[in-house]
Amino acid sequence: MKVVVFGGTAGIGRAVAQQLAARGDRVCLLGRNEADLAKSVADLTARHPAQAPATSAICDLEKPETFASALDAADRALDGFEAVVVTAAMFATQDALEMDVELTRRLTTANYANTVTFCEHARKRLLARGGGWLTVVSSVAGDRGRKPVAIYGSSKAGLSTYLEALDHKFREQNLWVLCVKPGFAKTGMTAGINPPPFAGEPQQVARDIVRAMDAKKPLIYTPGIWRLVMLVIRHLPRLIMRKIGF
Amino acid sequence: MSTLAGWGRLPEPGTEVLDEDLERLTEGAALTRGLGRSYGDSSLPASPGDRVAASRLATRILSFDPATGVMRAEAGLSLVDLIRLMLPRGWFPPVVPGTKYVTLGGMVASDVHGKNHHVEGCFGRHVRSLRVRLADNSIVSCDPATHADLFYGCIGGMGLLGHILEVEFVLHAVPSQWIWMERERVPDIDAYLASLERAAKTWPMTMGWIDCVNRGASMGRGVLMAGRWATREEAWAAPPKEKGDKALPVELPNWALNPVTAGLFNTAYYWMHMQRLVTKAVSPETFFFPLDAILDWNKGYGSRGFTQYQCVIPRAAGAPAVREFLDRLTTLGAASPLCVIKDCGPEGKGALSFPLEGTSIAVDMAVTADTQRVVDGLNEFLIPTGGRIYLTKDRFTRAEHFRAMEPRLPAFEALRAKWDPQRRLRSAQSRRLFGDKT
Repeated sequence: MKVVVFGGTAGIGRAVAQQLAARGDRVCLLGRNEADLAKSVADLTARHPAQAPATSAICDLEKPETFASALDAADRALDGFEAVVVTAAMFATQDALEMDVELTRRLTTANYANTVTFCEHARKRLLARGGGWLTVVSSVAGDRGRKPVAIYGSSKAGLSTYLEALDHKFREQNLWVLCVKPGFAKTGMTAGINPPPFAGEPQQVARDIVRAMDAKKPLIYTPGIWRLVMLVIRHLPRLIMRKIGF
Repeated sequence: MSTLAGWGRLPEPGTEVLDEDLERLTEGAALTRGLGRSYGDSSLPASPGDRVAASRLATRILSFDPATGVMRAEAGLSLVDLIRLMLPRGWFPPVVPGTKYVTLGGMVASDVHGKNHHVEGCFGRHVRSLRVRLADNSIVSCDPATHADLFYGCIGGMGLLGHILEVEFVLHAVPSQWIWMERERVPDIDAYLASLERAAKTWPMTMGWIDCVNRGASMGRGVLMAGRWATREEAWAAPPKEKGDKALPVELPNWALNPVTAGLFNTAYYWMHMQRLVTKAVSPETFFFPLDAILDWNKGYGSRGFTQYQCVIPRAAGAPAVREFLDRLTTLGAASPLCVIKDCGPEGKGALSFPLEGTSIAVDMAVTADTQRVVDGLNEFLIPTGGRIYLTKDRFTRAEHFRAMEPRLPAFEALRAKWDPQRRLRSAQSRRLFGDKT
């Protein structure tokens, strides 16, 4: 498979890129920092020297004007990509967001408006070549309005809804849209927060993602236990949600 | 209040910060920690407010040259990741400690040694260059030619001279993915030490386990293992299977490990090796990292936590000193289910690197009200022999005892005075042993 990984230099994206490269897939990393991209490309090359070397292009989730050119560059580097994985996103705690309205604007823009915009660029390119994979990391935080993730969660709720609709609309045209809902992954993005029970390691989350892509699933919770946790949370009455701090 | 703990599970108040970007992470940090496998307090903060950088997400390999075996990688790369990747390609680190759940940075800071110390020295001997963030927040590269004092100070320096960001080191080409091992059951401590000396002459890797609970004639009976990389002819055709390591699902109750069960365990382990001499090809996992087969085995000691006393007794003090040490251990009443003895070669260049020519003894102990007395007693015996303890395992040694056993300490303090005059880099261990103020 030929895969573009937006956010592939760190966290879940790095783990996904490593696992794809390990099984012989060709990878092009998108990210905002050139030096960081070079290190990640070197890492994939050193780990899997027998494979065609990984490539990269500059793409910044906060700069939508970089999206089209980055995808074009990736397309050239991979000689036509078949899959696009988006793990890039912003995160901030609810406290930080409440104190800083500008940060709220930036985060909601990046995680919702810009991510959807990027996906639209990717979707059009994939559909034009007869389909492919569009895998996007959303979050369990979007499943229910919850106090500790009010703003971040709402950006992911919008994204999840969009991804579900994409799946409904384009599956017939062989576009395999996968919405990934990690419960919590212990990466740099979520650093500073005490991991809840059932927090996942990036490698484990990445393994679930790659497996779900192969199975052409539309939605996964990872680690898997979060499917059950969120089943309960989604059905809790408003009265209870209002009382608890979760 | 959140806490951090080492492998011995005795906590200190504090939190760690985590990120893939180790450069950003170490800015203003007092300490970097890897996978937290040092037993005592070397990876714990001196003060709860200290910034502790967790390096375990900085795992990128930056270059590897198959012509020379030289690899450069970020300091958070783990040995388990490295071996999984490189052994199938015919490469292995020249020195590995007894667990694969350590980072490169930790291997440098502890200057880890392995079963081949008498041949290959410590890991630090195979390091070419380091990229380090200093206490003043600048970043420098050092190697044996540039800032040599800093370079050797970081090797075995317990993270107190700088935050290790990148490590360049050499991997060795190995002829197969298997270890050719000889295992011998030995009836008592004298026979054990004689066998150990004999084995070291012909085998590049040696180590062994002895029974230090049961007394009398069977004191120090044990199982000695020697090994080398198997040739292609000796090795099994298939590569070793990757075993899913089993985790200890629950913390055992504190009473589970007591002198009686420790004695039973030792007797059982000894007689498990019915055949006196076994020679066969085993996987590197089994040979180098037997305890890793049970993840979280440290929970076996219960909520009280545990410590390991590891020391090296100089060759000059000889076998009588080793025997006396074991006597002292049983007299002090330390029932250790696990006692490991091996040979060490000459001292390396690392600032506070542990090994010196002699016999290394490591004993695990559950932490009780008595632990301080036991460690004091062992240290009081150790100091006149000219031996020393391994900081990476230590939690209970007193500052005055450490000073008495470590002639290199003034030189190390001078290094700190040069590279970190304010002693911004510190750990709970440096607070305890070097008197760092908080």
